[in-house]
Amino acid sequence: MERKIRVLIAKPGLDGHDRGAKIVARALRNAGMEVIYTGLHQTADMIIETAIQEDVDVIGLSLLSGAHMTLFIDVTKLLKKKNMQDVLFIGGGIIPKEDVSVLKKAGVDGVFGPGTHTEDIVVFIKNNVKL
Amino acid sequence: MNDIASKVLKGEPRSVARLITLAENNSPDAAIAMKDIHPNTGEAHVIGITGVMGGGKSTLISEITREYRKQGKKVGIIAIDPTSPFSGGALLGDRVRMMELAMDEGVFIRSMGTRGMLGGLTSAVYDVVEILDASGKDIVIVETVGVGQAEVDVIKIADSTLVVLVPGLGDSIQTIKAGVMEIADIYVINKADRPDVNQTVAEVKSLVDIDCSNKDRKKPVLTTNARNGEGIKELVNEIKKHKKYLDNSKEFDNKRMRRYEAELIEIIKKRLMNLIFDESKFKEKVESLIYKIFKKEVDPYTAADEILGKILK
Ligand SMILES: Nc1nc2c(ncn2[C@@H]2O[C@H](COP(=O)(O)OP(=O)(O)OP(=O)(O)O)[C@@H](O)[C@H]2O)c(=O)[nH]1
Ligand SMILES: [Mg+2]
Repeated sequence: MERKIRVLIAKPGLDGHDRGAKIVARALRNAGMEVIYTGLHQTADMIIETAIQEDVDVIGLSLLSGAHMTLFIDVTKLLKKKNMQDVLFIGGGIIPKEDVSVLKKAGVDGVFGPGTHTEDIVVFIKNNVKL
Repeated sequence: MNDIASKVLKGEPRSVARLITLAENNSPDAAIAMKDIHPNTGEAHVIGITGVMGGGKSTLISEITREYRKQGKKVGIIAIDPTSPFSGGALLGDRVRMMELAMDEGVFIRSMGTRGMLGGLTSAVYDVVEILDASGKDIVIVETVGVGQAEVDVIKIADSTLVVLVPGLGDSIQTIKAGVMEIADIYVINKADRPDVNQTVAEVKSLVDIDCSNKDRKKPVLTTNARNGEGIKELVNEIKKHKKYLDNSKEFDNKRMRRYEAELIEIIKKRLMNLIFDESKFKEKVESLIYKIFKKEVDPYTAADEILGKILK
C-alpha cells in the first residue's frame, strides 16, 4: 500500500493574511504530502467537516494572534466529540508562551511559534502522524 | 456484506471518506469493498469539467452545485490537482472556491492528486465516482487539471463533459485545437464579465459548426459569470438536456461501456506492474533479464516476452 500523508491547512478567523499558511502548505507538498488548502475564514465546524471528507491525517491551523485561542479549543473539543483523536492537530503563529501550554493541555499536539523552520514542521509531522 | 461498503451505501460520510482513501492507496480492502459497491452504482449523472487553467472551473462547480441543491439533488465533487513529479506531494486548492458548500450535508467534496498517473486522472477516480454514486449522490462532478497540463482523459469517466474557456487572446481556440473538440458536450465561456466575450463566443461557435464528431447534436456554447451566478441556471438546464439526450440514444450505454473499458485497463495495468516489479517471485528474474539486456545477451522485446510468458502460463 502506498500511503500518503494528507494534511488540511486552514486559516481561521477574520483577518486576511494567509502568507504563512501558504508557505507551510508548499513546504509540506515539497516533502511529499498531499495538502488540502482551504483558505481563509474557516470556522471550527467547517474545519472538522472538511477533515472528515478529506480523511486527513493532520490538521494544521495558522493564526496570527492569541485572539484565535477559542477556535483552537473548539477544534480540539470537536475532535474529541467526533472521536477523531487519531488526527494530528498542529498550530502555528504568534502565540504567547503562556498560551502554548494552554493549547497543549487542551489537546493541540504541536505548537510552532514565529521563526520556526518549515523543516521542523515536516519532521514533527513525520514523527508523530498516526497512519 | 462488507462492513465499510454497507456504511457507504447508507451514505455515512466517514465511511465514504475512508473507503476513498483505501482506494487511493490501492489497498486490497478497497478491492473487496468495491464488489459490494459496484452493483449499487449507475444512477448518478457524472459530469466532467475541464478547460483552461484558472478558467474558473472550481468557482463554476460551486455555483452549479448550489443550483442542483436548490432542486433537491445531492452532489459529490471530485477535485483533481496535479501531483508534483519531483516530491510526490500535491497542493490541492480547489476547495478555496467551494467554501460555501463546506457545511451542506447534501454535498461531499474530495480533493485528489493525480499521483502516478500521467493522464491526469488517477486510476482511483473510477472507484471514487462509484463510491459517491453508491453513497446516494444524484450528481457526481469531476474537476480535472487544466487542458495542456495533462491530456483529456476526463471523457472516459463522464457522461457529460463541459469544456470551460475564457474570453480573449485566442487561448480558447488553441485549447479546442489542442484536442478537446471531440470530448466537449457543452462549451462554457466563463468570465463573461470580461471584454471580448462576444468575439470568443463567435469563434467557438464557428469551430462547433465545422465539428463533425456528432451529427445528431449541435454542441451548445454558453456564457457564464461564476462570480455572480449569471448563466448558471441556463447551464444546468443544458446539462440536464444533455443527460436526456443520452438517455434517449444508444450513446449513454456506449459511454458507460467505454468508461468500464478504461477502468479495466487501468486495473490490469496496475496489477501487472505490481506483479512484475513488486512481487519477490519475479523480481530476481526481472533483474537478471535487465542485466542480460545490458550485456547484449538478450534484446528487450525477447525479455518482455519471457516475463509475460511466465505470468500468463
Ligand atoms: N471576473 C471573473 N472572475 C472569475 C469568474 N469565475 C472565476 N473567476 C476567478 O478566477 C480565478 C480562478 O478561479 P478558479 O475557480 O480557481 O479556477 P479553476 O479553473 O478552478 O483554476 P485551477 O483549478 O487552478 O485550474 C479566481 O480568482 C476566481 O474568483 C468569472 O466569471 N468572472
Ligand atoms: Mg480549480
